[in-house]
Amino acid sequence: MKLSAILLFCAALSAQVPFTRIANSELDKGNWLTYSGNLEAHRHSPLKEITPANVANLKPIWIYQPAIAGRFETSPVVVDGIMYITEPPTVVVALDPKTGRKLWRYERQLPADLQTIGFGRVNRGVAVLDDMVYVATLDAHLVALDSKSGAVRWDIPVADYKLGYCLTAAPLAIKGAILTGTAGGEAGIRGFVDAYDPKTGQQLWRFYTIPAPGEPGNDSWAKDAKGNETWKTGGGSTWVTGSYDAKSNTVYWGVGNPGPDWNGDFRQGDNLYTCSLVALNGSTGKLKWHFQFTPHDTHDWDATEIPVLADMTIRGKPRKVVVMANRNAFYYVLDRDSGEFLVGTPYAKQTWAKGLDDKGRPEVIPGSEPSVEGTLVWPSLQGATNWFSPSYDQANGMFYVATREMGSYYYKGEAEYKPGTFFAGGGERALKPDDNYGAIRALDSTTGKRKWEFRLQSPPWAGVLSTAGGLVFGGTNEGNFFALDAKSGAPLWNFQTGGDIAANPVSFLVDGKQRVAIAAHGALLVFGL
Amino acid sequence: MITLLVLTLLAQDPLEGLSPAEGKRLFDGQCAVCHGIGGGGSTGPSLQRPTLPRAATNTDLVKVIQEGIPNTQMPGAWQMTEREARLVATYVRSVGKVEQAAIIGDPANGQDIYSKLGCANCHIVSGAGRGFGPELTAIGLRRAPSHLKQSITDPAAEIPGEYMTVRLTTKDKGAIKAMRVNEDSFTIQTKDGAGRYQSFNKQDLTKVEHLPKESLMPSYKTRLQPAQLDDLVAYLAGLK
Repeated sequence: MKLSAILLFCAALSAQVPFTRIANSELDKGNWLTYSGNLEAHRHSPLKEITPANVANLKPIWIYQPAIAGRFETSPVVVDGIMYITEPPTVVVALDPKTGRKLWRYERQLPADLQTIGFGRVNRGVAVLDDMVYVATLDAHLVALDSKSGAVRWDIPVADYKLGYCLTAAPLAIKGAILTGTAGGEAGIRGFVDAYDPKTGQQLWRFYTIPAPGEPGNDSWAKDAKGNETWKTGGGSTWVTGSYDAKSNTVYWGVGNPGPDWNGDFRQGDNLYTCSLVALNGSTGKLKWHFQFTPHDTHDWDATEIPVLADMTIRGKPRKVVVMANRNAFYYVLDRDSGEFLVGTPYAKQTWAKGLDDKGRPEVIPGSEPSVEGTLVWPSLQGATNWFSPSYDQANGMFYVATREMGSYYYKGEAEYKPGTFFAGGGERALKPDDNYGAIRALDSTTGKRKWEFRLQSPPWAGVLSTAGGLVFGGTNEGNFFALDAKSGAPLWNFQTGGDIAANPVSFLVDGKQRVAIAAHGALLVFGL
Repeated sequence: MITLLVLTLLAQDPLEGLSPAEGKRLFDGQCAVCHGIGGGGSTGPSLQRPTLPRAATNTDLVKVIQEGIPNTQMPGAWQMTEREARLVATYVRSVGKVEQAAIIGDPANGQDIYSKLGCANCHIVSGAGRGFGPELTAIGLRRAPSHLKQSITDPAAEIPGEYMTVRLTTKDKGAIKAMRVNEDSFTIQTKDGAGRYQSFNKQDLTKVEHLPKESLMPSYKTRLQPAQLDDLVAYLAGLK
C-alpha cells in the first residue's frame, strides 16, 4: 500500500464536503448541501422523479418529532446519507434520511437571562463544510461540530446576547470562510456580516451594516433631538442567510430595518445600509456596492429576503443579476456586478409608493408614515414576503414567491434606547384574519410580471421549492403541505400535516428515490412516492 | 412586628396608586410590537380581556412582565425597573376591563325569557342547551352589556371570525348555508343548524362565499319589549 494512497484516502475522509462540491451543487443532485440548495440561492431541486403525473401518489415515508417543543423553522441539509437539522431553541440533530432515526444530537445550554427581542426562539438550519457542521446560536455564538459525532470542535462568541444580538439563520459556507449574520433589529443593535476561519473559528472580517463616522454613508444618520449619535443604535440586522457568487467571490446579503422601527423622527436621513442589499468581497468583507430598497424605512421592511443570483437577458442584453422579492412589495432585478437598478415591479398590493424612479428609489406617497392614531398601509410590517425562501428555476425563468396580502395600521410611539431592550417606537395592528390572504405567485423573473397565482387561506410563513419534475411545493399556516403544477399553478396534491408550517422545503435522494422534506410545527415530515 | 410588616407588604396590591397612562407609554414602546397598540394583539395574544390565563393576580402579572413565559415568545423585561413593570401591569389591567355599564334589568326575569325564547336550542349555559352557537356560560366576563344587547337585536352587526357564515355551492346538491368551523386552502368544515358537521374539498365546490354580514341567529329586535331586552341582557351579563 502506497503511503500517498493512504494519505489521499485520509484526506478524502477528512474533507467530505470540500467547498468545490458546494460550488458545483448541480453535479450533486441527490444531496442538499447548503441552506438554499445552491450558493446562488435558487431552492430548486434538479430531481425529476416526482412529476405532475404521479405527485398524487406522494405519501409520508417517516415523521420525526423534536424533543423540545417550539416553532420549528429548520431547512435540512442532506449530505451523503446524513440529514442535519436544527431544532428550537438551539439543537442540532443528525438523522438517518432513510428512516428518520437519530444518529447524534447536540443541545446547547442557553443562558437563563437570554431573551429574543421581537422574534421567537428559532433556528433555521446548519452549514456544512469539509468534515464540520456549523450552527449559529441564540446566545450569539458560532459553533463548529464534528459531522460524524456532533462533538464541539470550536465555539466562539460572535456578539453580546445581552445587547440583543441573537443568531437564528443558517450560516453560509463560502470559499475559505463561514459567514453569519445577526438578528436584533428591534433592540438598537449595530448589525454586521461576519466571516470566520472554518478550521479555527478565528474571525476573518466583519462588515458593519451601519457605517461609522468617516465612512461613506454615515452622514445618512442625523443626530436625534437630544444629540444622540443614531448610527450607534441603527439596527441593520442580517438575520437571513445570503448568497454567494463563487466566480467573482462576492457575498450578497440583505440588511434589516433601521431602529427604532416605526419612529423615523429619531434618525433623519436615508439610514444606510438598512433595508439594503450589500455586495461584499468574500475575502475581505469590503463593500463592493449597495442598493437601498426602502430609504428611511418606518414600516419594519427588512431587506433580509433571499437574494437570488441568476443570469438572464434584460431588455435584449445578457446580464448577471441578483433578484429579490422585497418585503416592501416590489420585485427587483439588479446588475450583480455593479448594483445597477434594472427592474422594479410590485408583486403584491402596496399603498405606500407611487412607483420607483429610474434609479429604483421609491416615490413615497405622503401620509403613509406611521402615526399616533394609526395609518393603514399595505403591506403589513411582516411584508409582502418575509424570511421564508422563494425559488428560481433557471430552465423556465420563473421566480416563485410565497406572498402575504395583508394590511396594517401602523402606529408611531416614543422610543428611548436602553441596551438590551425593545427599541421599536410604535407598533401595528393587523386587519382581521378574513381580510387577509396569501398566494404562491409565479413571476417572470426578468420583469416581475405575474404568470399565475395559487391563493392561500392566510398570509403564509412557509417558503417554496421548485423541482425539475415540474412542481412547486409550499406550505400553509393551516398545515397543508402541497404541490402545484409549475406551469399553471394548479393544485395537484396536498397533505394535512397537523401543524402550522413556517419552514422551507428541500428535496434529496434516498437509495435513488426522490424525497421532499418539510418541518411543520413540531414535526419533520419526509415524503416520497 | 417585622413579620407583620412583611405580611402587610405581601398583601398589598402592587398596582395600587399607579396610573395606566404612564404605563401606556412603556407598553407602546416595548410590548406593542407583539401585543399590538392598545393590547389588541398582533403576533402576541390580545390582552383586552378581564382575566389573563398566565397572570391571575396583579403580582403574577408583574412577574410575567419581568420574567417572561418560558418556552414562548414572551421575553422577560429584565431591563425594566420594578416600578416600570408595575406601570405596564397597570396599563394591561386597564385594557382588560370589560365596560362597567350599569345593569338595569331583572336577571331572574331575563332567565325566564331566555328559556321561553328557546335560546337553549342553540346555546349552552352551565352544561344545559345545544351547542350550535357560542357557549354563554361565562359570557358576562368576555362581553360588555352593550355588546350583548347588540348581539340580540342585530346579531350580524359584529360576528366573531370563528362564527363566520358561509354559503357553499356544490356541483350537484345546490347551495348550503352553514357556520364555518374551520377552513384551509383546500378544505372547509361547517356545522349546520342541527349541529351536523360537514367537510368539503374546495375542488368539489363551484363557489365558496363568506358572509360576514349574515348571522345564522335570528334578530329578536321586534320580539322583545325594551324592558324584556334589558332583563335578558342583565341575565347574560351576570353569567360569570
